[in-house]
Amino acid sequence: MSQDFRLNNIGMVNRNKKISFTFNGKKYFGYEGDTIASALIANGVHLVGRSFKYHRPRGFFGVGVDEPYAILQLERNNERDPNIRATEQEIFEGLEVKSVNCWPSVNFDIGAINNFLKMFFPAGFYYKTFMWPPSFWYKIYEPFIRMAAGFGEASIKHDKERYEHKYEYCDVLITGSGPSGLASAYAAAKNGARVILAEDKPRYGGSLLTSDVNIGNQTGAEWSEKIITELKSMSNVIVKNRSQVFGYYDHNMLVMSERISDHLPKTQKYLPKQRLWYIRAKEVLISSGSIERPLVFGNNDTPGVMLSSAAKEYMKVYGVLVGKKPLIFTNNDSGYETAVEFKKNGVNPLILDTRKEPSSDIISEAKNLGIEIKFSHVVVAAKGYKKVKSADIAKISDNKKDLSNIENIECDCICVSGFWTPSIHLASQSGNKSEFNEKIDAFIPKKSKQKENTIGSANGKFTLEETINEAFDKGYEVSNKITENNNKVSIPTVVEKKSTEHDKFWCVPLPKGKSYKRFLDFQNDVAVSDIELALREGFRSIEHVKRYTTLGMATDQGKTSNLNGLQLVSDIENKVVPQVGHTTFRPPYTPVSIGAIVGREVGKHSKPTRKSPMHEWHKKNNAVFVDAGVWLRPRYYKQGNETLFEASKREAKNVRKNVGVCDVTTLGKIDVKGPDAAEFLNRVYTNAWLKLPVGKARYGVMLREDGIVMDDGTTTRISENHYHMTTTTAQAANVLSHLEYYLQLVWPELNVNVVSTTEQWAGAAIAGPNSRELLTKLFPNTDVSNEGLPFMGYKEGDLFGIPAKIYRISFSGELAYEVNVESNYGNFMWEKIIEVGKEFQIQPYGTEALSTLRIEMGHVAGSELDGRTIPHDASLEGLVSKKKDFIGKRSLSRSAFIKPDREKIVGVVPLDKTTSIPEGSYIVKDPKAKLPNPKLGHVSASCWSVEYDNPFSLAIIKDGKNMIGQKLFAMSPLKNKTIPVEIVSSHYVDPEGKRVRA
Amino acid sequence: MLYIFCPHCGSRSQNEFAYGGDATVKRPELNKEISDQEWNNFVYLRKSPRGKHLELWHHISGCRQWIKVERDTSTHEIFKTYKADELTE
Repeated sequence: MSQDFRLNNIGMVNRNKKISFTFNGKKYFGYEGDTIASALIANGVHLVGRSFKYHRPRGFFGVGVDEPYAILQLERNNERDPNIRATEQEIFEGLEVKSVNCWPSVNFDIGAINNFLKMFFPAGFYYKTFMWPPSFWYKIYEPFIRMAAGFGEASIKHDKERYEHKYEYCDVLITGSGPSGLASAYAAAKNGARVILAEDKPRYGGSLLTSDVNIGNQTGAEWSEKIITELKSMSNVIVKNRSQVFGYYDHNMLVMSERISDHLPKTQKYLPKQRLWYIRAKEVLISSGSIERPLVFGNNDTPGVMLSSAAKEYMKVYGVLVGKKPLIFTNNDSGYETAVEFKKNGVNPLILDTRKEPSSDIISEAKNLGIEIKFSHVVVAAKGYKKVKSADIAKISDNKKDLSNIENIECDCICVSGFWTPSIHLASQSGNKSEFNEKIDAFIPKKSKQKENTIGSANGKFTLEETINEAFDKGYEVSNKITENNNKVSIPTVVEKKSTEHDKFWCVPLPKGKSYKRFLDFQNDVAVSDIELALREGFRSIEHVKRYTTLGMATDQGKTSNLNGLQLVSDIENKVVPQVGHTTFRPPYTPVSIGAIVGREVGKHSKPTRKSPMHEWHKKNNAVFVDAGVWLRPRYYKQGNETLFEASKREAKNVRKNVGVCDVTTLGKIDVKGPDAAEFLNRVYTNAWLKLPVGKARYGVMLREDGIVMDDGTTTRISENHYHMTTTTAQAANVLSHLEYYLQLVWPELNVNVVSTTEQWAGAAIAGPNSRELLTKLFPNTDVSNEGLPFMGYKEGDLFGIPAKIYRISFSGELAYEVNVESNYGNFMWEKIIEVGKEFQIQPYGTEALSTLRIEMGHVAGSELDGRTIPHDASLEGLVSKKKDFIGKRSLSRSAFIKPDREKIVGVVPLDKTTSIPEGSYIVKDPKAKLPNPKLGHVSASCWSVEYDNPFSLAIIKDGKNMIGQKLFAMSPLKNKTIPVEIVSSHYVDPEGKRVRA
Repeated sequence: MLYIFCPHCGSRSQNEFAYGGDATVKRPELNKEISDQEWNNFVYLRKSPRGKHLELWHHISGCRQWIKVERDTSTHEIFKTYKADELTE
């Protein structure tokens, strides 16, 4: 298709680079620098979608972030991207986009039947219709509404693109590169401030690119080019285009999304698709400009009705005509600039001005150019379904209530201007309460809560001279506060033709006997009649009206609709707008990709992965790994076709029979040092620590103040004032914070220091009846006999020239030792143990075998110490000192913790000795009891006992001590299993603990 | 995201810190006879004021010091920050 609406001598797109793309499967051409919108308009395409509720035809309304209509779905590198604004997305070779919210096609859309069923979709329709009969909801209404609702479809595939986060600090952040942004950035940068200037569009300059003004004897576009070039060359300035500052958060933290590769066919190597900037700014200048306000008239949503500023930008930036027979409908001078631009490009516009006798330089220019102007005239209704074909226009009385001389005139587009609305979103997000400015009929920011100032048209300054002066002053003022420099740049002189006089008229009355839909919110199909209905039904607060009618709730967040909605409410209520107030602005200002928010923290990158120094050995020896907190630990070492069950059974059996070795590097380790260390441990742990001799380890339990067990582990007295504490893998970080809390805040008088040494030591647990023989060979110069190194003893040793620490502690319940060496010797230690251990039939064992061994021994771990158990529940009450006080002790005497039938840990064996009990099963007396079946407790951990070759589980049940010997049932509604069981002691293997002391 | 002045390190973003609750809570002395009610108040009961609040933050990704922060809970304004051993009464 040829570009029939492309102008030849105007625009900023690159005519030397033709680009092809497809829209709804059809191929079109545009130029480099075009957006989808400008390229489609150049090809005469105006129908791009269907509206949300009534499925009315949708074209283009704006030219930027405010676009409520042209929301498309983009396909790029086999990825789907929904919610793309055609007015923002630049085209690239091979781009594929399609319409959304229409079926089977945008031209013939079955949903458009809603347009004729309007009576079923009044304001708040989802509270009123589709209610009866109730059974219809799931089967008929909901599926239908789901099919009909929503814009586009998110991809369910993994997004292969890369998104990055960046943190940045600056003196002054300036949001928007229009006249006020450029001027203030220039003034601040010249005064030595570190400046970030963010522009959401590809081109810098904002309104300067399209308005007919003169700054310092240059056109607006020339001046902005000069300023931006100089800013880019300065080392204290970061200038970013395609970057939207969308959120203003606490303490001057702003977030900006930079679209780095969205306009390219493919993300370039070493670059992300998008980058999210977290910017902490000392000062913020909000120069986000203003958005033109629509005028409201019949069928004002017909494709071809658009903002007059958008029509002008399509001509001046893209060299594209939005129509060849334009009608300009305006209540201020802005429409004239568009009309003049049409005329200069050989197109004859007709201006309808609601004002009676306005005058300004631009109006005189229009008259001199021979443009036809009808004062006191309005558009009553647009005619045409998929595109404007004509308009009913009328003369309006001076009181703006009566229409006369209604006539139909031919046109192919209607460019509307209802004056300007400052974009106060960022200021409002910062906590700034806005105030209504009667002069411009809009809200502007009031007093700053954070360090921000709004400047330019975002602050209601609509003449260029005011804007430039204010921006230069503010740029200097805020930079002076920070840098204390006094380099003031001179302010250029400004020439502008249009005035800011406007008519306070914005909604055309309906002619007698007509009921045209007059739309306020173009994306959510909210019409004047919907607001009227909501108010008739008693909704008063603007926040309620918003939610009931969905005014301003669409993806465009009411950028074009908000103020007209407020005006209407205040008119009907006979209030003034400031009394009605406006709804709250919340981030994000524009939609942000989920990918950008998540950044690189996806999949494996969502948390760090820590590996022990022996990781490579495990990998080489067929370890299957499991996530243990942030660590990767071997779960089992696979031999041949073994399953997890077979392998873990083999490994556990070998520990009981010969000797096994397990990587325990991941255990938390904390060095506790200082003259008061013993006293501190005595307060932290429930048992007594003052008399632990040097060279001895002790098992300890620590509580939270509420009496719940926090963690357990062994702590060894290395020397007089030096203890080596171990924690569970999962609780290591919490325990350190806990200790620091008490040392720094509660008992600062204790002379103790704690530091994490988890990463400094590599650990190997050597367990099994052969472990002592193995140790004798590993440490030939050290006496590791039962007398030389008794149970809970500690010694330093020499492992083939490497200093090692040997702890005789056991988690498996077997004769066992833990050897620690400095981390970088970890692999050496491990290989030596395996090598020397061969003759003792050593096998490495993983976490699964480790669990089996500890479960059948009745040793508690995380599944029992689950944040709900006190020492008694885990049969640890023997470790609770009656004599001394410690953290959490007072809680243990609370009534719930001392009642006689308090839960206690027990062992559970299935009567048939073959059926494994699912973890999490309930223990009940009667499996057939009426629901809800009163439960006695739950199964916390299950294993296959290698000692007795049958299933064994641990459970924490009510009055556990007195339940031993009883026949009960384990029920798992999830697995649909009911298993008859016998309750036994939790110490299933070696209850006297002979082996560990052997 | 808050910007918290750590008296040991300087101003740092909130994501370096962990919140630690009311800084005015005093742990009862060890070995002191204390009623259930008093202990309950210490373990569980906290005020949730709108406005000024003296609270603990732990600079876990920094100097690992617990600090006290005087913050307005509704505006997030931070008035002053203190070291652990300041404002002990």
